[in-house]
Amino acid sequence: MSAVGAAANTQVLLTVDGVTVDFDGFKALNGFSMTLDRGALRVLIGPNGAGKSTLCDTIIGRVRATSGHVYFKGEDITNLPEYQIVQRGICRKFQTPGVLSSLTVLDNLLIAARSDRRWWRSMTAASAAERARADAVLEQVGLIERRDMLAGELAHGEKQWLEIGMVVATDADLLLLDEPTAGMGPAETSRTAELIHSLLGRHAVLVIDHDMSFVEQLGGRVTVLHQGQFLKEGSVAQIRKDPDVAAVYLGRVEH
Amino acid sequence: MTAPRPLLRHVWIVFLLLAAVAPWIVSPYELSLLGRFLALSILALGLVLVWGEAGILTLGQGVFFGLGGYVLAMHLKLAVLTPQEIPDFMTWSGRSELPWWWQPFTSPGVALAAVIVVPGVCAALFAWAVFRRRVVGVYFALITQALALCFATLLVSQQELTGGFNGLTDFSTLLGFDLAAKGTVWTLYWITVAFVTLSFLGLRWLMRSRFGTMLRATRDGENRVRFLGHNPTPYKVFAFTISAMLAGIGGALFTLHAGVVSPALVGVVPSIEMVIWVAVGGRGSLWGAVAGTLLVNFAKDEISSALPDAWLYVLGVVFILVVTLMPRGVAGVIEDAVPRLRPASPRGKVATVISPAGGAS
Repeated sequence: MSAVGAAANTQVLLTVDGVTVDFDGFKALNGFSMTLDRGALRVLIGPNGAGKSTLCDTIIGRVRATSGHVYFKGEDITNLPEYQIVQRGICRKFQTPGVLSSLTVLDNLLIAARSDRRWWRSMTAASAAERARADAVLEQVGLIERRDMLAGELAHGEKQWLEIGMVVATDADLLLLDEPTAGMGPAETSRTAELIHSLLGRHAVLVIDHDMSFVEQLGGRVTVLHQGQFLKEGSVAQIRKDPDVAAVYLGRVEH
Repeated sequence: MTAPRPLLRHVWIVFLLLAAVAPWIVSPYELSLLGRFLALSILALGLVLVWGEAGILTLGQGVFFGLGGYVLAMHLKLAVLTPQEIPDFMTWSGRSELPWWWQPFTSPGVALAAVIVVPGVCAALFAWAVFRRRVVGVYFALITQALALCFATLLVSQQELTGGFNGLTDFSTLLGFDLAAKGTVWTLYWITVAFVTLSFLGLRWLMRSRFGTMLRATRDGENRVRFLGHNPTPYKVFAFTISAMLAGIGGALFTLHAGVVSPALVGVVPSIEMVIWVAVGGRGSLWGAVAGTLLVNFAKDEISSALPDAWLYVLGVVFILVVTLMPRGVAGVIEDAVPRLRPASPRGKVATVISPAGGAS
């Protein structure tokens, strides 16, 4: 593996290096850079259109960077096909729950937990290790009693947890969670925060959200994006007090 | 869940027995129809895999049906000739030599293998080229429809090579057996029943395996599957290829039963009709697809002999009614009426047993 960028530091898992995404003249990301350590938590906030989801899309290969690079474990993954990026150890939960609705909750997790993803291996039964992992994740996300239910029949919050569970079941080193609490009530939101805390260490987690109470419950370092560019980074308390961040959120950008 | 009532669960044995003894029960004409329609139902079974499970609507199944039918028909034309002779229609068109690509089909082994291999290879190459480009949904359906149109047009335009509009007909022997003899007709019928049964069991196994789960997953959310690290393309290509091979087998058996294969059986309209059989029977159900094929085709036979002009209108109305009133087809209606008939797959179990509890969440 070639040592590229900041990968000399083995603690660094993900490096986003000067990424620009240009949609016909509109720069959704404009020279954005960040790094994320193994097992760490990072919360990404920013007003609508700041480029948060575009960043996730770029990391997992759904959108291609116009310029700049994404390195994962020191390897340049900027132009790999999506499924290969996932196989390197990055998995994403989308904003709207993307559960596989006509499959059972267990089957959803078993698909995520497959360790040998070559298609012809699907003719054989799931391995004991895959079943054990799926069961462990069911326990972790609190859906053990929904195991044999169709994913499409779950309540909205449960779908969110199931999708977080699917992302966890891939055993990826980096989990991207795009608005994991969208549509959740306060009780469900705190459960989600606890769930995310239980994942740290084994997985690095990058969370996108703009519910500040959830961000406070999460703690961890916060990166603020604005108009596709890096604005600030710091603890939740620092970001709370920061005048630039407040200005951006209130729509009064003064130069 | 209570144990399914054995009588209901084993109702398929009754149907299989009835199918097996049909030659002694029904008239030769009805047996000929039943043989043809069972051959068509092999194709319909393949559509359950590709359309019902994988959610890929294909309007070009007639192409693979035709390939299977034509490669066998080429052999049947050549089988009665001496090495110097060429098929009659070629002589009429002024040809004096057999085209090179006809020659391998002199061998019955090559022709029989080609019934599966030719549609399979064509389908795999086509599906790989198209699915790799992530062409889905209605765009894919349109491409397959164009394929059916091209295929039928090509067959008609190459009169001296393909028999043109009339197709290939006038067969007399297969592997030395007289195709008109009662023994051959009955044997062919039983072979067809065997192929329906084998296709049914094979597909049921495939659909219950994790491969089937992956197909349904791809249907529900192709992107979700992709972002879980799976490449959906080979799953779709394999499903499409299997369904094309089944269409080829169906086409070959149909050709033997009907004594003819022609462009009128493989073009755009027949390809759409194939989808309608499966829609009527229920695209999520293997036995539904067989039932739908038999139902629609026997109805077609009755109605088009009584009122020749009315058939397409009736078919259109039936299709609209099925799609709007019973989206899961005849199979859906019957399964709802007799819940214990449902397949013992997770889907079935869950939908009948757990869904009431789902309201409590």
